[in-house]
Amino acid sequence: MATEPISEEVVGSCVDSYGSAIGMPQLCFDWFPNQIFWLVITLVVIFLVLSRVALPRIAAILAERQGTITNDLAAAEDLKAKAVEAEEAYNKALADARAEAQRIAAEARAEIQADLDEAIVKADAEIAAKAAESEKAIAEIRAGALESIQIVAKDTAAELVTTLGGKADADAISKAVDAQTKG
Amino acid sequence: MATETTEAEGSSLVFHPMDQFIVKPLFGDGGIAWYTPTNVTLWLFLAIAAVFGLLVLSTSKRAIVPTRMQSVAELAYGFIYKMLEDICGKEGVKYFPYVMTLFMFIVCANFLGMLPMSFTTTSHFAVTIPLALAVFLTVTVLGFVKNGAAFLGLFWVSSAPMALRPVLAIIELISYFVRPVSHSIRLAGNVMAGHAVIKVFAGFAAIAAISPVSVLAITAMYGLEVLVSFIQAYVFTILTCVYLKDALHPSH
Repeated sequence: MATEPISEEVVGSCVDSYGSAIGMPQLCFDWFPNQIFWLVITLVVIFLVLSRVALPRIAAILAERQGTITNDLAAAEDLKAKAVEAEEAYNKALADARAEAQRIAAEARAEIQADLDEAIVKADAEIAAKAAESEKAIAEIRAGALESIQIVAKDTAAELVTTLGGKADADAISKAVDAQTKG
Repeated sequence: MATETTEAEGSSLVFHPMDQFIVKPLFGDGGIAWYTPTNVTLWLFLAIAAVFGLLVLSTSKRAIVPTRMQSVAELAYGFIYKMLEDICGKEGVKYFPYVMTLFMFIVCANFLGMLPMSFTTTSHFAVTIPLALAVFLTVTVLGFVKNGAAFLGLFWVSSAPMALRPVLAIIELISYFVRPVSHSIRLAGNVMAGHAVIKVFAGFAAIAAISPVSVLAITAMYGLEVLVSFIQAYVFTILTCVYLKDALHPSH
């Protein structure tokens, strides 16, 4: 967009003397060889860069990522299987432990029961022995008491008979007291 | 043509919508020989740099968990690879570097062209015609090498009635040879039109009263052009894949 006219030799058939385009610059065939030459160089360079460096590299990156993803998925599958296995093992261990605990509890219960039974038997025996002893003592005491009562009763009866002016007949009194106390 | 210097309302309104496409030498003011480094060279090389940065530098760490730029590279790779595999099947995968080169070059050149003051290489027929011709020639040669004379079956529609086949063959033949034309003009035309329209709107911005509308229009056009930049690269690539499929499996 020069305002001054430019020199004639620079101006081709495509640019007017003010530096503006005449017609479509796209149709200026004077420039075609230049444009095509540089275009070919550009395309060859881009092609070489892409086919030698860029595309193999990107393909490698994508393949590597695909590989990594596949591996990771496989590893995840593996870990999941392991987790399921571990859970099973845990559940089994839990069940075993529970059974063991029940067994131990039953055993303990049985042992305690046996101890208890033994203790009860022993206590029963002791109680029986004590009871027999006590009975014997009571019988003794009772017998002693009866005898004492008879003696006291005989003495009292003899005293009473004597006081009432009678003559104490020891045999009669003894018989009478015996007969009374026996009843 | 739109390039005529339109002077309206005095001298304030001047349109040079096509000046952005002028090829200039990078150094000095001399003429343009085939080897002269020009602004075309600069922006083509920037496209190389963009492709290099996008696909090589971003993947230099080869991270299993990709960074953002590496994701972009992988996405581009997967996008084109899948497109090629879907259309051409397993045999097409061999030509992946070729298709990827086309796509990456066009998409990078298009987006570099969206930078203000840049030179849009893909708006030139001198760039798109060689691209399309390369595809056309590759596909034709490949078709004959792979299938021999059976490649001509592409033009002989065996599913049509016998009487129609010669007619269809002519139509097919014409459409086959029109391919490189439509293929190249579609890309260059879309990109050029958008850029020229933006320039025209920019010219209107010189008038104070319309300038807000003009700026708004430029913004809208720019958004559209960003879309077009990608879509045209995509279309070019997918058509390349379709043509390649014809060469690999010429039967209808």
